[in-house]
Amino acid sequence: MPSSTEVADIERRTDALEKIALERGLIKPAHLEAFTHKIEGEWTPATGAAIVARAWTDPAFKARLLANGIAASAEMGATMPVHHRHLVVLENTATVHNVICCTLCSCTAFSIIGMPPDWYKDLEYRSRVVRESRTVLGEMGLRLGEQMEVRVWDTTADTRYIVLPYRPPETAGWTAEDLKPLVTKESMIGVARLEKPASYEPRN
Amino acid sequence: MDGIHDMGGRQGFGKVRYQDGTRIYHHAWEIKANSLSGALVGAGLFNMDEYRHAIERMEPRHYINAGYYERVLTACASLCVEKGVATIEQLERMAGGAYPLARPSKPGREQRAARDFAIGERVTVRSEFVPGHHRMPGYIRGKTGVVIQKSPDFPFPDAAAHQMQEQWEPTYDVRFETTHLWPDASEKASVTVAVFRSYLQKAA
Repeated sequence: MPSSTEVADIERRTDALEKIALERGLIKPAHLEAFTHKIEGEWTPATGAAIVARAWTDPAFKARLLANGIAASAEMGATMPVHHRHLVVLENTATVHNVICCTLCSCTAFSIIGMPPDWYKDLEYRSRVVRESRTVLGEMGLRLGEQMEVRVWDTTADTRYIVLPYRPPETAGWTAEDLKPLVTKESMIGVARLEKPASYEPRN
Repeated sequence: MDGIHDMGGRQGFGKVRYQDGTRIYHHAWEIKANSLSGALVGAGLFNMDEYRHAIERMEPRHYINAGYYERVLTACASLCVEKGVATIEQLERMAGGAYPLARPSKPGREQRAARDFAIGERVTVRSEFVPGHHRMPGYIRGKTGVVIQKSPDFPFPDAAAHQMQEQWEPTYDVRFETTHLWPDASEKASVTVAVFRSYLQKAA
């Protein structure tokens, strides 16, 4: 069929590729079920939330996490794909805000925080967050005052990054179990903070 | 390559289309396409560098108008054809229409024999124009920043995406100021990028 005809439905294109790959013995029929299990069960923000909650409540663990992200997160049962060869945890403070992107594609620490959402992979975020970070974050609901230092991280190699959100001061004394539900995917990417907005928003 | 995928700092895009708690996948074919990409890498048909480069090689209009998962699918199908697992005729017959694939690759290149850099050292990104796969976003070409930290060795993408002999080298997380990257045309922040050692030279 010549390529000047109409483009085939995307579903049929997907099925055609799967069929060929199955026929050639490259993949097993159970690939989809196995993948679905990973994205629904293992690779979710709950994994990262548990890591964050422990880092907030266990200073020795936090030190290990900041020194070697892969080894420390493995203590919590998290695994990373072979090509995620290094994990750097970026600590937010009351005055430092880290935010992660991948301008070239969509690189994400997905086995820790879950698969990247649409907006992270879309052209608007990829093009603008490095160059107009405060405006982009503001559009996403995070308005940062001038006193907050913004550090954008562009994931261009095999290091993956996650943000260790700043622990809300009002949670002093909470257990890790209490803290886990506070931690969101957005906060671990860096497009949200978890403490009261009055602490960090512009003063005007 | 100076491809359409190199989005960092490109102007003209609008608001990030952000909805809190957005789903990752909207259609079953998307999950299938994503599963195929992982399964084919797992089968050893291609590596992650070849995969990213195949996405980059999509015809620019196709890249821009395709959603994320169509880029995933197109890369996988293109590599299957290029590796002799499928033919375009088979794909189009089975899909019932045209099946646009990525455009041909230009050659890769070997790593450069280079010295290591120290934490805190000022480094400049070499002003190079690489025809094949390259993980230097254009916005840092020729720019100077400070080494924040060093990663373990990773496969050198400029070679790894082109079936060349395996070469490994570290990256340096280099911090750039937006006032330097886009003078008078950006919001104040730092942007830290993982830059392969071959891409760097000591700052003047």
